[in-house]
Amino acid sequence: MNSESGHVTIRQQPVLAKGTHTNPPHAASASMTFAWRSVLKVEHVPEQLGDVLAIPVIFTLMFTYLFGGALAGSTSAYLRFLLPGTLVMTVLLLTMYTGIGLNTDIATGVFDRYRSLPIWRPAPIIGALIGDVGRYLIASGLVVGLGLAMGYRANGGTTGVAAALGLILTFAFGLSWIWTTLGLVMRTPGAVMNIGVSVLFPLTMASNVFVDPDTTPGWLQTIIHVNPVSHLVTATRGLMDGTATAGQTAWVLIASAALAAVFAPLTMHLYARKG
Amino acid sequence: MTTAAAVEISGLTKHFGSTRAVNGVDLTVPVGTVYGILGPNGAGKTTTLRILATLLRPDGGEARVMGYDVVRQAGQIRRRICLTGQGTSVDQDLTGAENLVLLGRLMGLRRGAARKRAAELLDAFDLAAAASRSVRGWSGGMRRRLDIAASLIVVPDLLFLDEPTTGLDPRSRSQVWDIVRALAATGTTVLLTTQYLDEADRLSDRIAVFGAGRVIAEGTPAELKTSVGSGVLTVRLRHPQQRPAAERLLADILDSPVHRTAEAALLTAPVADPSRATAALTTLTQSGIALSDFALGQPSLNEAFLALTGTPTPNHKPSRKEDVA
Repeated sequence: MNSESGHVTIRQQPVLAKGTHTNPPHAASASMTFAWRSVLKVEHVPEQLGDVLAIPVIFTLMFTYLFGGALAGSTSAYLRFLLPGTLVMTVLLLTMYTGIGLNTDIATGVFDRYRSLPIWRPAPIIGALIGDVGRYLIASGLVVGLGLAMGYRANGGTTGVAAALGLILTFAFGLSWIWTTLGLVMRTPGAVMNIGVSVLFPLTMASNVFVDPDTTPGWLQTIIHVNPVSHLVTATRGLMDGTATAGQTAWVLIASAALAAVFAPLTMHLYARKG
Repeated sequence: MTTAAAVEISGLTKHFGSTRAVNGVDLTVPVGTVYGILGPNGAGKTTTLRILATLLRPDGGEARVMGYDVVRQAGQIRRRICLTGQGTSVDQDLTGAENLVLLGRLMGLRRGAARKRAAELLDAFDLAAAASRSVRGWSGGMRRRLDIAASLIVVPDLLFLDEPTTGLDPRSRSQVWDIVRALAATGTTVLLTTQYLDEADRLSDRIAVFGAGRVIAEGTPAELKTSVGSGVLTVRLRHPQQRPAAERLLADILDSPVHRTAEAALLTAPVADPSRATAALTTLTQSGIALSDFALGQPSLNEAFLALTGTPTPNHKPSRKEDVA
């Protein structure tokens, strides 16, 4: 080595002295630490939220002002129909970032460090899902804010909107387990995103987000009626309008539980076995 | 539980499809030593490390870390080890300080203690100035130091470093070496992998040479150098047709096998004693064998493999000599 080479001066040898073993954090504490990590990521990379928000905002503006009058007689009547749908669309599109984030962690090697820590095994994933709730709330707040600025008024009141948000978040939580599964299975973050876009877009388009399915051809009506997104939109719309039935809400809750029941154990199995 | 060996492996195997990544490895790493696993890409170094760090399950054989079985007692092992993998094992979106605080919290430190420890490590590793910037913008050497610091929040009984200097410039490499030496001085057991013979030589108390999923040589650096040669003499002949004569002379004086290279005029031979190299060069010139170039350097991994096994490293592509900084 020549004399120009710098050397790290380990100024305080005690820094490297063997410390006393700490007790690993509890499951809840470890999960909340990972949730904090998600919040920090939104803080440092807010662009990611922006990319996803652009679509619902553009759709809300475009559909309301361009087609609203033609579709529902007036833009304000159409906005009342559309806004719950764009709210659902916003959050569902955001869920795929759970899988992309997990896959990125695997690709970079961060994942290996977390997996070799003495912590509750599901903590990194549960924590990320908790952190995602924060992102969903920010995005939902922006969409509702946009709606209010455009003249949207919810018949269901604040309670109705809050209940609708709660329902959307519950469904998003169930759906996220599909993304964590894919995040563990797919090779690259890009591949996860491709699947995400090619599944979520058709699902949100072939639903009752934008139009009343009664105006569509019979075969499409069949698709729209079996599409889970339609059920979520119907229940959300009902809650925000103050007309939701127990059956509509129950359908979404059961679907969310079913998704979690299948894909959460699958995710944890893949996580434990991941090479 | 006390044990004399930090790592004990016997008959370890791991297959990926039809590839036998680890094919019957036996290894013992004594507590308090720096142990180097030396080998080319695909020799099974990383796979072995990942099994020891409980990230991969072995297919066969047994592996114990700090006395605990890697399959049945993985939780116990995770409390005693830290792994700095080959990739960047910190979150690039976060700042250096945030990464260390996050990991401190996950190791069970309270918020205040985690912040204090993060500041200490950033300072000691000369990263304090960049502490509040996103790691994405850091240089490779700084990131590597943070990677290692992240493994030392609670200094583990056993630290795994997977190719800690691959891809680093010479300056950053020597900084990583300083850190490993400082750790060794405090008695932490370190198991590191490397593709560089000189790195294994400078840092390790013992070295295992891996090839094709097996241990092909094991011993202290001094023992290995006896079989590999501490240096390599490379000569380029002005007249390639003099090669047979040059080979005979070199083999005779250096008392070691002369290796042919793809280039007709280029010969390399292990050198145990540098003074013999001088003698060899003098004799060549006196015998009328003109040289256009000569060099005395550390043997590359490929040359070490030749000396140990008689075959070049698998998948070796002729390339310029490895940088020995």
